[in-house]
Amino acid sequence: MKVRLATVWFGGCSGCHMSFLDLDEFLIDLAEKIELVYSPVVDTKEYPEGVDVCLIEGAICNEDNLELLQKIRQRTRVLVSFGDCAVTGNVPAIRNQLGLGNEESVLQRAYIENAQHNPSLPREDGIVPPLLPRVMPVHEVVHVEHYLPGCPPPAERIKALVSQMLSGVEPKLEGAALKFG
Amino acid sequence: MAAKTLTIDGKPISAEEGATILQASEEAGAKIPTLCHLDGVYDVGACRLCLVEVTGVPKLLPACTTTVAEGMDVKTDSERLRRYRRMILELLFAERNHVCAVCVSNGHCELQTLAYNHGMDHVRYDYLFPKWGVDNTHPLFGMDHNRCILCTRCVRVCWHIEGAGTKNVSGRGAQARIITDLNIPWGESDSCTRCGKCVQACPTGALSHKGSTVGEMERDRGKLEFIVLAREKKQWVTAD
Amino acid sequence: MGDAMILSDLTQIKARELAARKKVVLRVCLAAGCMSSESKGVKERLEQAVAEAGLQEEVEVRGVGCMKLCCEGPLVQADPENALYIKVTAQNAPSIVAALKGGKAEVARTDPDAPFFKRQLGIVLANSGIVDPERIESYIALDGYQALHEVLHEMTPKEVVDAMVASGLRGRGGAGFPTGLKWGTVAKSPGAKKYVICNADEGDPGAFMDRSVLESDPHAVLEGMAIAAYAVGADQGFIYVRAEYPLAIARLQNAIKQAKQLGLLGSGVFESPFNFNIDIRIGAGAFVCGEETALMASVEGKRGTPRPRPPFPAESGLFGCPTLINNVETFANVPAIYRNGAEWFAGIGTEKSKGTKVFALAGKIKNTGLIEVPMGTPLRVIVEEMGGGAPDGGRIKAVQTGGPSGGCIPAQHLDTPVDYESLGKLGSIMGSGGMIVMDESTKMVDVARFFMEFCMDESCGKCIPCRAGTVQMHNLLEKILQRKATVRDLLKLEELCDMVKHTSLCGLGQTAPNPTLSTLRFFRNEYEELLQPDKFGPPGNGGPRESARTP
Ligand SMILES: Cc1cc2nc3c(=O)[nH]c(=O)nc-3n(C[C@H](O)[C@H](O)[C@H](O)COP(=O)(O)O)c2cc1C
Ligand code: SF4
Ligand code: SF4
Ligand code: SF4
Ligand code: FES
Repeated sequence: MKVRLATVWFGGCSGCHMSFLDLDEFLIDLAEKIELVYSPVVDTKEYPEGVDVCLIEGAICNEDNLELLQKIRQRTRVLVSFGDCAVTGNVPAIRNQLGLGNEESVLQRAYIENAQHNPSLPREDGIVPPLLPRVMPVHEVVHVEHYLPGCPPPAERIKALVSQMLSGVEPKLEGAALKFG
Repeated sequence: MAAKTLTIDGKPISAEEGATILQASEEAGAKIPTLCHLDGVYDVGACRLCLVEVTGVPKLLPACTTTVAEGMDVKTDSERLRRYRRMILELLFAERNHVCAVCVSNGHCELQTLAYNHGMDHVRYDYLFPKWGVDNTHPLFGMDHNRCILCTRCVRVCWHIEGAGTKNVSGRGAQARIITDLNIPWGESDSCTRCGKCVQACPTGALSHKGSTVGEMERDRGKLEFIVLAREKKQWVTAD
Repeated sequence: MGDAMILSDLTQIKARELAARKKVVLRVCLAAGCMSSESKGVKERLEQAVAEAGLQEEVEVRGVGCMKLCCEGPLVQADPENALYIKVTAQNAPSIVAALKGGKAEVARTDPDAPFFKRQLGIVLANSGIVDPERIESYIALDGYQALHEVLHEMTPKEVVDAMVASGLRGRGGAGFPTGLKWGTVAKSPGAKKYVICNADEGDPGAFMDRSVLESDPHAVLEGMAIAAYAVGADQGFIYVRAEYPLAIARLQNAIKQAKQLGLLGSGVFESPFNFNIDIRIGAGAFVCGEETALMASVEGKRGTPRPRPPFPAESGLFGCPTLINNVETFANVPAIYRNGAEWFAGIGTEKSKGTKVFALAGKIKNTGLIEVPMGTPLRVIVEEMGGGAPDGGRIKAVQTGGPSGGCIPAQHLDTPVDYESLGKLGSIMGSGGMIVMDESTKMVDVARFFMEFCMDESCGKCIPCRAGTVQMHNLLEKILQRKATVRDLLKLEELCDMVKHTSLCGLGQTAPNPTLSTLRFFRNEYEELLQPDKFGPPGNGGPRESARTP
């Protein structure tokens, strides 16, 4: 049976996913062993039940992130924090330095002060998710099985970890394979 | 001086009387992790990474400040020591804002390296995200408090090697911070000789040479003009 | 400065004092506690009333130090009729004088023979509440400075150290290190210059034993220091007091001045070759500056942070010289030990804990104040008999000793004798003498959080485990209290407690986890009741996703 793999993109730059795509021909090998059941690169709308592994890119920044992450945890056997934003909060979490309750000033900066056209705050109900008071790394919200830091983690390291998982060994990044930034 | 014989990680070795366990361990080929230690300046025993187990001593002892004794049986590595060391490192990462991806020291940082060596693939403690500033007032160097681990290596080289006494520590507990003179912007310091020893001493990205941090890249467009002019008009004229 | 003092001068002063003693003495507490409820005004009114009644020849109104039952202050004691007046005001004070002539005192009284007083044994506080702390003659009248004379003229320094060893006195600053052993080490350490330091930093929240001793009987501390200096070969002493103790500082300054004038400090004390001066150093009130190496750094004018030991101060202390550092209460024990003999002292207390201990009794208890009890007194005697139990019929839940470095002893262990070993076995410490009684309304997690916050704020920031660890432990305790924590957080807290305890540089960090560890040991259920289900935790933590995770 193929391993049911998911990838998800929270508060991050998508660089980790780009790095995943850099796996090149390994992706073809991978395709034989896995079924990609949910990902920004496939068109599934709802996170399915019974997922084996989910690679999580990005920090948890808004209420949508939070809700989906909790759903993912309930429906997935193994979670991997994928990249520095998921592991540490990284750049998205820099706004935490402004203290709690910085949501307004962050929006102000992004959508008013730095706007070139039509400065206005996006607040459509049900479309624009409210920001959380504090950006969190994934493991601050749910239990995470494995960590793959890097900004982004280069393709070889992704390959190493995924291969370990697929061959049933306890994945572990050591020595040169463990790197932040 | 009398020599002392002792064992480090089971290896019998001899060391000069007065040598620290850390010094002796080098001979034994044991690599004890350190952060606040810096060869050439006195030790303060602050980071606690170099703690070792000594048979018969109930307390863990810092290798950098404990001198060898005859018959000492030292263990520099154990499951317990490794666990404590990793926790200490995690506490450091959680304490200030170590965003490695945008750090001048990324890739050649002692803190990072130690974290890797201790298998720190994530930090279990909540990041505190304190608000710390950057002092960029000095013409040559920058001080980023977000990355300072308060090892005081800069303070010690400044006082005891350069003899300038510019760098100091102020405040207590989590509010402790490195200051310049009596807490003035670094650029306004008369005592700073611009020797740069503190920058060399710093184990992290807290102290850096100007122009090397992310976003600090300054371009000299004049160079392009110079080359184009030279190539096309055969004129070798600089902008100023 | 007067001519060198000799023994006959001392006995003359004593005789003069005794001869001048009036028939009636009204003692008014002028220690900080009663002073803050206007006892100074009480004393003035009493003096006025005595003058108005024309009783100057018969009645002395004497300002004294702490009379122990601080919760009922201002206190006035009338001798010889042994009447202890409580909550005296300037308004009702004159009636005390009227009562001396057969009138009726309109002031509440308490029984000076109640267990709160009778169960006490005064060595350190023997003079407290009796001696006038501002007059050296008053101290001399109570045999003050006789021990110093005897030591200087009849004992060699080695004999002085040996006697201290034989007394079994252990340091009262918290750790209980044998005082004689420490004196002996300093005495043996080579060095032309040596120092004696009195640690009067007293930073434990709620503790005021040392302050009281300094305010009530400063000469006992000076005499103790002088004897110690002779024993170890020091000629310079420092008293390190926190700036928050202005009255103690003033009384010490006055006492030092008087002792110098009489030649009891300075050069050639009692016509011996012994020279000894004492200076006061004022600290800014950082808890960590009570730690001996930090204290010495502070005296040297440096930032008050601890350094690794060894070298211990006894070998290399202040300015690199061998230094004896003892606590206020430790020094205050010294004159009595030499006056009455080491065997006398060793006969009091338990096998390993000799003498008495002073406690600042506080919290949910009827009688709060200062008590001095023989070592080995059961906690139950202290809180139930002397303290009178919880007010309003409440039930005592635990007793906290050792402040931020100590632990909570639950009610079921109230029969524990107060000595270093017994308290240690229960995960607490003797500490410097803070004793806080808690009743059923006290939330133990809150207690742990309070002390952790204190340690976090007072951490000097030098070493990482204490600086960063106390912050994380405090946050975890806060999270538990806010009912936001899961069992994973509790495990993290316990793991941090263990690490910080075993890796911190100085005693502050090494003991900061104690209140948390001890409440976890005896009141774990109070933590667990606050935990939330770990909905998104690893398998086995009982979250609802258990089924999803077994393929
Ligand atoms: C954080 C910390 C604070 C301390 N504060 C005091 C204090 O306020 N007073 C005191 O006498 N000892 C204090 N001590 C203990 C001293 O370091 C030292 O052990 C003591 O003064 C020795 O005197 P003793 O042997 O008479 O007890 C403190 C220790 C630590 C670690
Ligand atoms: S100082 Fe080191 S650990 Fe900190 S952000 Fe920079 S590279 Fe990372
Ligand atoms: S600036 Fe660098 S050298 Fe100085 S204390 Fe901070 S981390 Fe250490
Ligand atoms: S344990 Fe705390 S108070 Fe002591 S040196 Fe370390 S940081 Fe300072
Ligand atoms: S290197 Fe020894 S404590 Fe830091």
